[in-house]
Formats: sequence, C-alpha cells, structure tokens
Amino acid sequence: MIVQKIRPTFWLRGGGMLLLGAMMLGADIAQPAQAQPVKAPEQNWSFKGPLGHFDLPSVQRGYAVFAGICASCHSLSEVRFSDLTDMGLTLEEVGAVAATWQVADGLDAEGRLKHRNARPDDALSSSYSGPEAARAANGGVVPPDLSRIVQVYPGGADRLFALLTGYKPDAVRVPGKGFANSFAIGHYTAMPPPLREGAVKYADNIPATVTQQARDVTTFLAWVSAPHQDTRRRVGIGAGLYLCFLAVLFVILNRRLWSHVRK
Amino acid sequence: MYPISGVRGEKGKMAATPARHTEQAEKEAHSFLQQAGAYARHYGRLPLPADLNWWWTIGAMLVAVLVLMLLSGLTLTLAYTPDASLAFGSVEAIERRMPSGWLLRAMHMTGASFFMAALYAHLLRGLYYRTYLPPRRSVWLSGCGLLVLVMVTAFAGYVLPWGQMSYWGADVAAKAVGAVPFVGQGLEQVFLGGESPGTPTLHRMLTLHFLLAFVIIGLVLVHVAVVHAKGSSSPSVQPEIRRKYLPFYPYFTTRDILAVLVMSLGFVAVMCFWPGLITEPANYRPANPLHTPADIEPEWYFLPFYGMLQVVPSKFWGLLVSGGAVAVLFAVPWLDKGRRIANSGLARLADAGALLACVGAAVTAAAAGVHHAQGGWLLAGQAACLVYYLYFLVFLPLRTRFEGKEA
Repeated sequence: MIVQKIRPTFWLRGGGMLLLGAMMLGADIAQPAQAQPVKAPEQNWSFKGPLGHFDLPSVQRGYAVFAGICASCHSLSEVRFSDLTDMGLTLEEVGAVAATWQVADGLDAEGRLKHRNARPDDALSSSYSGPEAARAANGGVVPPDLSRIVQVYPGGADRLFALLTGYKPDAVRVPGKGFANSFAIGHYTAMPPPLREGAVKYADNIPATVTQQARDVTTFLAWVSAPHQDTRRRVGIGAGLYLCFLAVLFVILNRRLWSHVRK
Repeated sequence: MYPISGVRGEKGKMAATPARHTEQAEKEAHSFLQQAGAYARHYGRLPLPADLNWWWTIGAMLVAVLVLMLLSGLTLTLAYTPDASLAFGSVEAIERRMPSGWLLRAMHMTGASFFMAALYAHLLRGLYYRTYLPPRRSVWLSGCGLLVLVMVTAFAGYVLPWGQMSYWGADVAAKAVGAVPFVGQGLEQVFLGGESPGTPTLHRMLTLHFLLAFVIIGLVLVHVAVVHAKGSSSPSVQPEIRRKYLPFYPYFTTRDILAVLVMSLGFVAVMCFWPGLITEPANYRPANPLHTPADIEPEWYFLPFYGMLQVVPSKFWGLLVSGGAVAVLFAVPWLDKGRRIANSGLARLADAGALLACVGAAVTAAAAGVHHAQGGWLLAGQAACLVYYLYFLVFLPLRTRFEGKEA
C-alpha cells in the first residue's frame, strides 16, 4: 500500500525537478569556454589519420632545420643520436651527425666546464649549462624541451606549424609580453621569429622557404614525439588481419557446435 | 583417490638411493600431471546453463587481459626505475629504445583501460541479471573486492610514469585521504612518505602495484573457484531444476575464445590506430612540482568518482560520497532481497530503465568532473549523485517489495 502511494508522487516530483534543473542548466552548460587561441588551419600531414606514415625525407630535412636553428635554444633531452637511425640514417651517418655536436663533459682541473664531440649514445641535450643560464639568455623564460612537443602541445602539429609561420613580417618584441602571434597561448610568445628564407641548405636541393622549413621541422618533431608510430600501425594491420582470420574460424566452429543444441 | 598418497607412503624406502630418488621424482611428477589433468577434465565437464548469453563471456575477456597485464607488467618492471629524478626518463627509454618497449607499454596502457571497461560491463551484467542473489552472494562479494583492488592497482600504476598527471593525481589523492577526520593527516604521510609526492611515494606505489597484481590473481582464482562451487548464474527466469545444462568444454570454451578474439580486435584498433583515446597528453610532460596543470584529471575509469568528489562542497563528505559509490556495491545482495530475475516484460523494462538511469548518472558525474563542477555542471553532478544512490538505496529495496506483492 505504502509503495503504491509513494510511486506516482515520487516520479512526478522527481521528473519535475529534473525538468526544472535541465531548463536551468541548459544555457549554463552550452556556454563556450573563455577565448582560446585562434584555431590553427588543418594541414595535410603525411602522418595524419590512423593509416598515415612519416615522410622520412621530410623528417630528415626537419632534423637539419632543428640542428641549424632550434637547437641553439631547445633540447631533445629524451632523444639520443642513435635513435636517429629510425629516420633512415645509417650508423656511420649517425656517428658523423653526432660528431658535429658539442656536449658537456664534466669539469676540468680549474672547475671550468669541458666539452667534447657527441657520440651516438649521447642525448640531444640543451645547449645551456642549466635552467638558470637558459632563463638568463632568453629574457626570463626557459625554452621548452621538444621531445614530446607535438603530443603535449594543445593543437598538435597543425598549431605548431601555424605558430612557426604565424608571425607578422615586422614582428618586434613587446616588452614584458614577447612577440605577437595569434596561435600562441595568450597571443604572445617569448620565441623570436625563428625561421628565415634560406637559413638552412637542404642536401636534396629543395628550396628552403619559411613554409617548407616549418613543414619539415614540424614533421621531424612529430616523428620525435612518436618515433615508433609507423611500426605501431604496421603491427596493427598485421595483428588485425590475423585476428579477423582467427575470429572467422571460431565463428564457423561456434555455429557448428551450437547448431546441435535445441533452444 | 589420487596416487599421490601411495607415493607418500613409500617415501622412506625410495629416498634410500639416488636412482630411487629420480624414480620417486618421476612418479611425483606423473601424479602431479594426473592431478592437473583430473582438474582440467573436471573443469571441462562443468555443467553450465545452456541459455547463457554473450554477457557471460566477459569473464573470459577479463582473464585474457589480466594475463596480458601480468606478462607485460613483469617485463616493464625490468626497465623501470622508481626514483623521482629517473622515473620519467626510464619510461621514455622504454618507449624509445627498449626492443619492443613501445609495444609492451602500449599493451599495458591499453590493457588497463580495457580491463576497467570489461570489469564495469561484468558488474553491470551482475546488476541487471541479479547474479548476486543467493546462493551466489560470495561470488558477488569476491567480485566487489576485486573491483576495489583493481582500482587501487590502476591508480598506483598511473603514478609510476611520473608525468604531470601522475604527480598531481598523487597530490590530489593524498589531499583527499588527508580529509579523513582524525587519522587523515597520518594516512597522508604514510601514503606520500613525506610532505609532497616524491621518491618515497614512487617506492610505495611500485610496491603496491606489484604486490596487488598477485593478490588480484589469487582472488581471481578464488572468484572462479566459488563460481564453480556454487554453479553459474543464468539469464533464465526458470527455476534452476528445469534448466538445460551443457559442459563447459567445448560449448563455452569456443564461445569464450571467440569473444576474446573480438575483444582483441578492438584492443588492437585502439592500441595501434587510436591510442589518443586512452592516453593523456599532459602525462608526457615530466612531473613538475612548481607548475600545477590547469586541468588535473584522472583516467576515464575514475572520472565518475572524481566528479562525485568535486560536486560535494565539503572535502570529507565528498570523499564519503565518492567512496560510498563503490562501497554500496558490497551491500547490493542485502539491499535487493528478491529471489530471481523478474518474470514480466514490464518489470524487466523497469529494471533496465533504472539501471540505465544509474549508468547515465555515473556518466553525468564524470562529465561534471571533467568540467570542474563549475556553473551548471555542479547542479548536474549533484543530481547525478542523487540518482546514483537512489538506484541502490531506493530502487533495489522497492523492487523486492513489488515482487513480494506479485507473488
């Protein structure tokens, strides 16, 4: 008896409350968040989508841009030179590439920092002796490590490319803010416009325009952020096909087995 | 019954010479194999209700993922360093340089999400088909125990890579523990091993993660053994005597393998093509105690409880509501004292509707957690908490009463 009394009133009240709540909440939830940085236009990357794969010549050109320009401030501290074999270099080439870098090698007898040529098992570490030096050299900001930048940067490769090519031609440092760039967080970045026409010379004689450099270095950084992505997708296709085949066999077996069972 | 007793009786005589020794070892090995074979035959012949549907294959999926988690986890441990200054780098080295390390870590990460997803599905199966009714209360209770252990293990594992979310997740969890009256401060100290997360926390989390993995395996064996002892539940409305039964092998083993294969296809798809579904980008930034991320968010499987923690204004009551959401599952066999699944179509529809409302409430609470319980989400989250608890504390007991009237 009691239950029957409770039931309609409960549902009526509950339903009414829900309806009222939904009406009140509707407008509140639908409101967009605060003004975000400008959305970067979508680019047609070689590695885009579940079946994309890295354009390795572009990755290698991107390394040239990184080594020639970005590396003067940014590090790839989780990456070692030997990892670069996966972008299509031989071990000898990696050794030669490493030898063009200088890395810290402890202190000498007078307590001064020593340097030596890098070896394949060295990391692509920062060119500064520490975060304090980096901060002092860059107006109070430490240039971020780029090991996972495409993964952690909101907007990923598209936004990185847009940032690199998004400076006004006459960009000047605004004191206390940095350089205007509509794709940066807060529309200002501490990074001066990094790319200039012809700042690097590509081995394959592709003209090094700013757009080309930005495309290549973004592809390189995307590869550095997910170095095994191509293998991962190949494994996925192989394993997927194998599992499909096995599943079909088991569907047949299962149907034959259960066909003898009357419901 | 088994020849092992005979071997024992002759032990003294047999140990006399080395030759005899090998003979005895052989015999013992033989008897062990016989015993294992007897077990396998016994389990193979186990009669199961012929009307089990595909929801009853999730257990097999869970076992498959658990084995994968154990194997990948053991190999990952070999290359992991539990130290605040080295942990992030060691995980990066696993991903970048350890042979197939990226694959092992991808399997372990995807496995965690798939295990929790399958576990929630297994739980919902139990709630909908009322598999907790007597005589299977012990099965339900051991399952709830497993759920709690798996959640603790998943949390401890998420701290280990020492990215930003690992660090700040540990920080938030520690503060939540600290909100417990009287003992909270002490518990927080024990949990962190200091004032803030650091190397001692990593040692604690690695030990907990590693230890609980084996406790879970032990409890899974108990869970399965209890199912075998009590007999399997069934979606059928018929009384147990009138049901048809089929042996576990080959009918249900084949179906279980097929279900595991289908799940593996989904697993491979997520792991290889859409890993973004289960990875949190912020956790690829190394832990930085000086920089609090704008959005501290747990993995998706904790979001409902995280949301409940946030929508309650008081820290302590938030903890109680959020912890109680799991604890109330233990009480389900006593809240719902019915006898079997509902007979009429209408009642089953009501059951399904109520369960859907409960799931919807959990999803809403999760969404409120994602949106920091701000503005309308605060009210929506609070309503979700109410609906969630109404299902357990009002709907389940009431359902029993209705049934009492019908009978």
